[in-house]
Amino acid sequence: MAQLTRRATDLLKPFSVALSSTRLLTTTTSTTPITVETSLPFTGHRIDPPSRSVETTPQELMTFFRDMALMRRMEIAADSLYKAKLIRGFCHLYDGQEAVAVGMEAAITKKDCIITAYRDHCIFLGRGGTLLQCFAELMGRKDGCSKGKGGSMHFYKKDSGFYGGHGIVGAQIPLGCGLAFAQKYSKDETVTFALYGDGAANQGQLFEALNMAALWDLPAILVCENNHYGMGTAEWRAAKSPAYYKRGDYVPGLKVDGMDVFAVKQACKFAKEHALKNGPIVSAY
Amino acid sequence: MSADPKVFLMGEEVGEYQGAYKISKGLLEKYGPDRVVDTPITEAGFTGIGVGAAYYGLRPVIEFMTFNFSMQAIDHIINSAAKSNYMSAGQISVPIVFRGPNGAAAGVGAQHSQCYAAWYASCPGLKVLVPYSSEDARGLLKAAIRDPDPVVFLENELLYGESFPVSAETLDSSFCLPIGKAKIEREGKDVTITAFSKMVGYALQAADILAKEGISAEVINLRSIRPLDRSTINASVRKTNRLITVEEGFPQHGIGAEICASVLEDSFEYLDAPVERIAGADVPMPYAANLERISVPQVEDILQLTKVGRRLICKKTNEAE
Repeated sequence: MAQLTRRATDLLKPFSVALSSTRLLTTTTSTTPITVETSLPFTGHRIDPPSRSVETTPQELMTFFRDMALMRRMEIAADSLYKAKLIRGFCHLYDGQEAVAVGMEAAITKKDCIITAYRDHCIFLGRGGTLLQCFAELMGRKDGCSKGKGGSMHFYKKDSGFYGGHGIVGAQIPLGCGLAFAQKYSKDETVTFALYGDGAANQGQLFEALNMAALWDLPAILVCENNHYGMGTAEWRAAKSPAYYKRGDYVPGLKVDGMDVFAVKQACKFAKEHALKNGPIVSAY
Repeated sequence: MSADPKVFLMGEEVGEYQGAYKISKGLLEKYGPDRVVDTPITEAGFTGIGVGAAYYGLRPVIEFMTFNFSMQAIDHIINSAAKSNYMSAGQISVPIVFRGPNGAAAGVGAQHSQCYAAWYASCPGLKVLVPYSSEDARGLLKAAIRDPDPVVFLENELLYGESFPVSAETLDSSFCLPIGKAKIEREGKDVTITAFSKMVGYALQAADILAKEGISAEVINLRSIRPLDRSTINASVRKTNRLITVEEGFPQHGIGAEICASVLEDSFEYLDAPVERIAGADVPMPYAANLERISVPQVEDILQLTKVGRRLICKKTNEAE
């Protein structure tokens, strides 16, 4: 009974803290450096890719495992709730893509900004949101992160640099370049990651925004999360060129194995350094 | 711009060209290219960038060369800017201003002459302001930039060249006008005429001519289309008992329709005659000068409708047949 009560209050804390206080999983605080090789090499477009050797620690490894496992379980639970009609409207799930959200967080700070489309539940968690805020929002309750007024597609956490949660495919890319514009204007030495899918990669406004980001050397990192489907249409029927990391043409690009959290961490660290010095970079996961 | 370093201007030709209509003349020299940003001809892109900068906390002023081009960017105005404060339950505020010339110019054809007041005014989350005089332009633009929410600021190309007398108070650096308040440009007791932008000038001219014929018209300069100053309009109608709305845009679902509905809801018993709407012709703007002239309301149209009324015109036509 005591453990159940504590689990309930744990839901109110950021999930990494909650999990570290359960007795079911072992924890470690060891920060001995370990070097890991990514499963696949990186491929660069107009840029030399980073090394495949990634530094990590046992503590970070456990955090990665916990965070990704939690995200997976959360999305599966959301799926059940959606089928039970307790979540209405749309419910776009991120299970399978967890490594991107987790690897990205490991490489950046909460002062860097992330903006994405409507597949936003796990990005919200990664930025420090709680499960309670997430499920409450999905079920339209006032304890939700948007007080029930947003829904699945409109999660935000401005205090941690998460700017949503956008329903219109492709809109988040110019918005993300705008965040980067403001970061440069304010001389904050931070970057913005604008995430989008392979469907949005064909949107005209992406190219409009990327042109301006390149002209003005904005610290914008475009991240294409390629799950090979744009809504219901397969990639091969929607895109003449599926090499999304090359779509920036004159803008450097990086192809990354998005299933490998270490590759994601390395790529985001590399992209942040690049963007602060040289302007935009396109990456495809 | 001098009061707040977060304010910046972005749009086509705003910097080196000194402004497509010279509105931003001298600003590049004064504030530099970081704050006066020339863009490529990519409205969807730079409007989205402006909204993103507003999310972060800057105060962008986005210029559209005309509001016809805002249609390319309208998703960002409505879905990214107007709705964000509500969808995020107040976390994301968007202190942005979208400004530029709206409505008909002279001989620019159908794709460059539309009035967007009704389009933007219907959207919750936006404020829509329309200046007429220099005093309006100064006071309302400052209010718009200071406002924490997205504001659509509809100017008029033909009014850019008109001069207006201004008081010393208007020229003071702290001068600002409230949003949501209409101005009674001319007091009267026989009929209320509402108008905005260029049509205010026409309504005032009509009122002068009517005064010589013994009809006292009250002319209301709306200034704020959203929120609409329903109380000033209704108070005026309760005094005069007759209402004529004037606008340049298309008649169906226009500003006049909303004002008419507002007056029917709030002051029905006070009306002595049906509300009359004067609007642009229900046709894409023609190019030929004579056709363009009859596609936009003129002073004569305001005079005729005020004196004769639409039903009486129709009745006389029937009798003639």
